[in-house]
Amino acid sequence: MERYYQEEIECAPREKILEIQNKKIVEQVKHAWDNVPYYRKKMEEKGVTPEDIKGIEDLHKRPFLKKSDLRDTYPTGLVGVPLKDVVRIHSTSGTTGKRVMGFYTKEDLDLWEDCCARALTAAGATDEDVVQVSYGYGLFTGGFGLHGGSQKVGCLTIPMSSGNTERQIMFIQDLKATILCCTPSYAAYLGETMKEMGMSPEDIPLKAGILGAEAWSEEMRQDIEKTLGIKAYDIYGLTELSGPGVAYECSAQTGMHINEDHFVAEIIDPNTGEVLPDGTKGELVFTALDRKAFPLLRYRTRDICVLSREKCPCGRTHVKMAKPMGRSDDMLIIRGVNVFPSQIETVLLNNGYQANYQIIVDRKNNTDSLDVHVEMTPEMFTDDVNEITKRQADLVAGMKNMLGIKAKVTLVAPKSIERSEGKAVRVIDKRKI
Amino acid sequence: MSVKQVSIFIEDKPGKMDEMTTVLAANNINMRAISVAQTDGFGIARIIVDDVYEATTVLKDAGYVNKLTHVVIVEIPNVPGGLNKVLKVFTEANINIKYMYAVSGANVSEQVYMIFRVDDYKAAETELAKAGLRVITEDQVPEL
Repeated sequence: MERYYQEEIECAPREKILEIQNKKIVEQVKHAWDNVPYYRKKMEEKGVTPEDIKGIEDLHKRPFLKKSDLRDTYPTGLVGVPLKDVVRIHSTSGTTGKRVMGFYTKEDLDLWEDCCARALTAAGATDEDVVQVSYGYGLFTGGFGLHGGSQKVGCLTIPMSSGNTERQIMFIQDLKATILCCTPSYAAYLGETMKEMGMSPEDIPLKAGILGAEAWSEEMRQDIEKTLGIKAYDIYGLTELSGPGVAYECSAQTGMHINEDHFVAEIIDPNTGEVLPDGTKGELVFTALDRKAFPLLRYRTRDICVLSREKCPCGRTHVKMAKPMGRSDDMLIIRGVNVFPSQIETVLLNNGYQANYQIIVDRKNNTDSLDVHVEMTPEMFTDDVNEITKRQADLVAGMKNMLGIKAKVTLVAPKSIERSEGKAVRVIDKRKI
Repeated sequence: MSVKQVSIFIEDKPGKMDEMTTVLAANNINMRAISVAQTDGFGIARIIVDDVYEATTVLKDAGYVNKLTHVVIVEIPNVPGGLNKVLKVFTEANINIKYMYAVSGANVSEQVYMIFRVDDYKAAETELAKAGLRVITEDQVPEL
């Protein structure tokens, strides 16, 4: 039986959701205009006033907000309330430039935790469950977000944080954890470690995982589901928009429901900024409807995906977003072709390898080179040189097929590719452009 | 009858054979024979050791992917035509040899030992025995 945390809103009729969105957007635009000079300036530049925004159908009149705007106003230039009303911040790791911070009032935190509670409940959580939160606690939103959501559902919450894998497994066993929250790459790593310890999925009571904060493929999901003996649910979020729980998967596992009473989603053409119809692939743009401390309006996520309004068997009525193909930041342009690491991962998993790989891009004599390092596994190793070479050639062919360009495949020793216990380092771009 | 050879995945980088044999040395494991198949991008080290279980365990613990393969070790008289006699047995029985290498043999004198990886090791053993050739068993490996 499908469970809901806030059934009335999660399953509300379309008109009801639109009514909520229309009401909230007017207030939120006014809030931004009144309290964030940067927004007022941007709107004035475009010749738009709050009176022009009467509902979400007027949203397109507003200028976009980009990551560069966040950098330009760093750290507190977009904060919409006096700092004395801000009770917490979170921040990205800043690996792709300057850190991005998110700010929260007490009420913002409450609503964020509701979103996470919806995600947990959709994955089957009740107050009988034991939730191990193995996302990092700290500036990263993962740990605190799912922690808050888990407590709201009434689950016994283990604030494990990341790292110390054998202790993680011990806690899962000793406290009979039923739900695991962590990044997909860490879930895969836990699975590998269990295998090495001679354990099988039957040895642990886990039944579900809420995995997010990085791009992962459908094949990787199946792999994790098998090695841990769980159902693996995707969860989506951005620090700028609160963190995990902006969207989450239900039992159908065919896309993530966006919490539309809190966020408006649009898909745009990343080149022209034109709004595209549902079902078209494009860049995801979010407007936070009720966040007061950090009221992001028409924020370009750089995530490439598709929205679907098809009726979901779970009963929820909120729009679904497909798993992002990758952040447009993650997208590599190699010899003029767009390449997402997730495509390479799909080829590896389809060919019997695991998702332990690193992509090395370089440029020699003005030509880009793509080298994919793939870890050898006990399953794929044989004494027969020709067989290994053939499997290697199959990978090259699979990648050519998937990407349209030729990649070199280098087989490397197991565990020789660095595993960060949070997000995996998938790409090394050595090109100096 | 046959002997199990340990095949180990080796990265194609300087120092990788050194690293692998360091693991064996640290665990006091003596190799009776070794051969390395090298191709562009990776290598396979094939070794014959006294205790296969011990060797594979320490290698696995050190993070090496390895596989066991049945090979046939034949005693060959150290005279001209000695090896040829064995190969003739294979030819007549239509047994295909994938690769072969020699035991390093600290005590090479009248006899040498060759290791054969063939498509059908059971047939090879039967034919060799019929031809009166001595095939080494796993218990006899430490004597090589």
